[in-house]
Amino acid sequence: MPAPIDQIVAVRGISKSYGSTEALRGIDLDFPRGKLTSLLGPSGCGKTTLLKIIAGLIKADAGTIAIDGKVVSAPGPERAFVFQDFALMPWATALRNVAFGLELRGKAKAEREDIARHYIAEVGLAGFEGKYPHQLSGGMRQRVGLARALSVDADVLLLDEPFSAVDEQNRRKFQEDLIRLRSNQNKTFIFVTHSIEEAVYISDRIVLLSPRPGRVSQIIEPEIDRSGDPDLIHRDKHYLDTVQEIWQGLKQYAE
Amino acid sequence: MTLFGYRIPMMASLLVWCVLWEIVGRLDLVFLLPPLSEVLSAAVGLVQTPSWQSATVTTLRAFFTGMVLSIVIGVPLGILMGRVKIADDLLGMWVNIFSSAPLSALVPVLMILFGFGERTIVAAVFLFAIWIIVLDTRAGVRHISPSLIEMARSYGASRRALYLKIILWAALPEILAGIRLGLIRGVKGVVIGQLLVAIVGYGALFETFSRNFRMAEFWALTIILFAFALLIAELIERAEAKVEYYAGARQ
Repeated sequence: MPAPIDQIVAVRGISKSYGSTEALRGIDLDFPRGKLTSLLGPSGCGKTTLLKIIAGLIKADAGTIAIDGKVVSAPGPERAFVFQDFALMPWATALRNVAFGLELRGKAKAEREDIARHYIAEVGLAGFEGKYPHQLSGGMRQRVGLARALSVDADVLLLDEPFSAVDEQNRRKFQEDLIRLRSNQNKTFIFVTHSIEEAVYISDRIVLLSPRPGRVSQIIEPEIDRSGDPDLIHRDKHYLDTVQEIWQGLKQYAE
Repeated sequence: MTLFGYRIPMMASLLVWCVLWEIVGRLDLVFLLPPLSEVLSAAVGLVQTPSWQSATVTTLRAFFTGMVLSIVIGVPLGILMGRVKIADDLLGMWVNIFSSAPLSALVPVLMILFGFGERTIVAAVFLFAIWIIVLDTRAGVRHISPSLIEMARSYGASRRALYLKIILWAALPEILAGIRLGLIRGVKGVVIGQLLVAIVGYGALFETFSRNFRMAEFWALTIILFAFALLIAELIERAEAKVEYYAGARQ
């Protein structure tokens, strides 16, 4: 079944329940290669659960996940995860944390540290290689988390609300950096967020999930030009309209 | 501590008690309590005797053997209980009972099992020290952030790597705290074991001194033991302080 657009991740019929609570019901989704797709929805819509199922960290009750046509059920080297609470090893320096994915794959120390240094510079943390996580701010810690995910050279990056534990100014800066990274890394990003503005600002595609049980309610592709000044996006008419449109759709779920 | 607005160093209060001991001892009120100066000079004499030296070697050997055993068995057991629910359900009750039970009562049983020798002392140290090491290790493993484990899994950690590179390190502050408390309990174990067996190491010396009313030497030996226990606890605390460096900053 050849798809017209190159789809790297295929989600088919994914369902998941926790006891009597139905978290996800019959999710079918495709994620196009090289794009940034956001999973957006109110809390309880199962977006993080879906992301962790794609990552192979949670087993689905039904359905399959395929990466490049191959069905997967466990974590694999073609996917890398960025955690909401950063998940850094507090006893290790930024350098070792970034190189940890490669360390687990048995890459030689000198080689993996070279790669780690490159990505630490890529996320704007050059000079902080020898610092421990508690010596870094929240935003810097998440940059370490991002550099770790980039350094294993996975095709798909899975980001679970990566900026929710980062303060507002740093979040804005981080979002700009993510747009830049996405354009020069040629990777597929799957991004979980509960912020409408964030989703519209950074995404090529937004998948809206509705809660209880989590289902796909709408897919939006904001046509926003991100090549220019990132600050202009926030004033772009199409950006504002899309935010408004999504808010109208999600309003009914707000308490 | 401050007195009349002046800061008095901690050692000063110790000095007051030393002087008081000396006075009470000189007054010859209780024959059980010779003056401190006499005790200290007895200590100097005591450490030069071959009987003290061989008793010290025996005691230290039993203490360290017992401690190594309780760490080597206690830490993996605690990790197992922290990670595997069925192991926790099966063992949790017993570990809790033993960690708060009056274990001295069990030493005579150990004597029957292991005979009147060093093996009983090793068993006593083990019995006193292991439970708190198990409990603290278990607590440390329980407190590891789930996302740290998910992180290791998502980057393809083998089971071995997960335990050696993540779990052991993440629980290290609690493991060290457990070992420190275990060492203090182990000192109790070695003393109680030797006193009850009474023919090994310091137990034999205590027996000799108290039976012949050689009180100065008796107290000297007691002070040496206390100093040893404090020294051990202090050393581990130093190691812990290094680890606290990151423990305090854990997410």
